[in-house]
Amino acid sequence: MTSPSIHPFLQVENLARIYPSPSGGEPVTVFDHVNFRIHKGEFVCVTGHSGCGKSTILNILAGLDSASLGNVFMDGREVSGPSLDRGVIFQSHALMPWLTVLENVAFAVKSRWPARNKQQVREHALRYIELVGLKGAEHKLPSQLSGGMKQRVGIARAFSIEPKMLLMDEPFGALDALTRGVIQDELLKICAETQQTVFMITHDVDEAILLSDRIMLMSNGPHARIAEIVNNTLPRPRDRSAIHKQPHYYPIRNHLVDFLVSRSKLFGSLRDAPDAPSSPTVFDPADLVESDVEPVVVHTPPVGKPHIHLVNA
Amino acid sequence: MKTRFSLSQKAGLLSLGLFAAILLVWQLLTLPETHVAAANVDPEYAALMGGGGAKAASGFPTPAAMAQTVWDKLSHPFYDNGPNDKGIGIQLGYSLARVLGGFFLAAVVAIPLGFAIGNSRVVYQAINPYVQLLKPISPLAWMPLALYTIKDASASSIFVIFICSLWPMLINTAHGVANVKKDWLDVSRTLEVNPLRKAFRVILPAAAPTVLAGMRISMGIAWLVIVAAEMLVGGTGIGYFVWNEWNNLSLTNVLFAILMIGVVGMALDSLFGVLGKRVAYQE
Ligand SMILES: Nc1ncnc2c1ncn2[C@@H]1O[C@H](COP(=O)(O)OP(=O)(O)OP(=O)(O)O)[C@@H](O)[C@H]1O
Ligand SMILES: [Mg+2]
Repeated sequence: MTSPSIHPFLQVENLARIYPSPSGGEPVTVFDHVNFRIHKGEFVCVTGHSGCGKSTILNILAGLDSASLGNVFMDGREVSGPSLDRGVIFQSHALMPWLTVLENVAFAVKSRWPARNKQQVREHALRYIELVGLKGAEHKLPSQLSGGMKQRVGIARAFSIEPKMLLMDEPFGALDALTRGVIQDELLKICAETQQTVFMITHDVDEAILLSDRIMLMSNGPHARIAEIVNNTLPRPRDRSAIHKQPHYYPIRNHLVDFLVSRSKLFGSLRDAPDAPSSPTVFDPADLVESDVEPVVVHTPPVGKPHIHLVNA
Repeated sequence: MKTRFSLSQKAGLLSLGLFAAILLVWQLLTLPETHVAAANVDPEYAALMGGGGAKAASGFPTPAAMAQTVWDKLSHPFYDNGPNDKGIGIQLGYSLARVLGGFFLAAVVAIPLGFAIGNSRVVYQAINPYVQLLKPISPLAWMPLALYTIKDASASSIFVIFICSLWPMLINTAHGVANVKKDWLDVSRTLEVNPLRKAFRVILPAAAPTVLAGMRISMGIAWLVIVAAEMLVGGTGIGYFVWNEWNNLSLTNVLFAILMIGVVGMALDSLFGVLGKRVAYQE
């Protein structure tokens, strides 16, 4: 678990994305008042219904897109464009099909350290290819790989540049359950080894529970925002076959599913006051001793809880 | 076992059969009128007859006479007996040199320009009207202008080749560059790849198959146009050769030249086919 500090590693303030209406009427606000912080070494998952703006937020964090309103700060500096400090794992793997596995990773390594010679770049790339379990496939072209293997190359490429932060947009969405499980385990292992800070979008509740330290839940758009934050208190290291035996597992899971099924829509009532900055409700299974029904809705950050990181805009 | 021929074996057999059929029809159509009865004439005998008769020399040649001509011409491709009597290798060489010259110049202009057009909406919109206006003009229509300004026949035909090779390469390069997958560009953006490295390591390989397809089309058109251009300006080249032999009423030589134009055109095209395969990638 991370501890709150005065300078969070990543700070997102009042982010909003507004599109002008195609018919010339009211502009469309996809999301607004999005505030959150991520601390160094934290693994944060975001989930929410399709179209609420998760990918847009991730692209803004990556610097590939820009917000209509609001700011993103990383390490105290404002994010204004793409950077090698933030590695991105794309949903569609985005490998260059004319390069082999090794060349794809080496391209990234060479971009990160242009002064390194061929041999150094090669060795570095091979180390990460081995880390994702693709040793022996380094001279294959992406078209000769399975979907899971391609995604692993994408992971190797993103990790190889040793970014300060990793951004993943539904990286395993296109994979079958079995392959997904294997790669999730690998990701857990690599993140544990490298203490990587991760922001990841997922639609898979179990994936979020397995991987994350915190899960941010987005309400439905328009005017979507981070409605709730769930502290994932399950102890690490986590094992997918035993995780459901943890006492906090079902409360967390039920809370997430319940949000996605019903509460994500109800949150729309806040739209009536779109100017009112919202603070997400925090759900922590540790609080469940007395109340096991609906979590208490808190609109101000409670004091004295070390695991809650709220941003007051 | 008899039915276990591979696809290419079957196709090869069919091709040979077709070739034999063409020869047979040709033979039948070119039989000297006095020998109509002798349909199953020995080709060597026919060659003797064809070679002997004055009528056959100026009329349509028999397959055997044609074969003889092909053999003779190909055994001495590079002789040079003055302006009106050069080996086929020399004539083809002139034509190829002009085509390659014009084509190369066009590539030097079209590929960088296509890159610029494909990369920028502004440049695209600025240049598009010119391309649309100039593209449909027959390259030969430029010939008088070229002759007037350049004042050299050979350079003028190179210019005509340049003009006709330009458009397919330009349009395909622009198209290929504009349609590079956004994912790959996003990857290079997040890796902070500098513009030059991005151009050569990402955009160029991504667009290469489209660019090469454009080059292949350009080369095909250039080889079509060079014959017409050389007929027009004269002097040297395979186009001039065709026209000259037509004036000499030597249909055999004209036919031979046609065959050679086809063979060289096919070779050029398959060269680009091979190059295209080398830059192709499968997603
Ligand atoms: N040009 C545009 N004009 C208006 N709205 C747009 C435009 N482009 C995107 N949007 C909207 O922005 C919203 C956010 O899209 P985004 O891809 O970020 O959603 P997402 O949460 O990632 O969805 P998914 O889970 O399906 O990936 C969508 O509702 C989309 O309709
Ligand atoms: Mg998305």
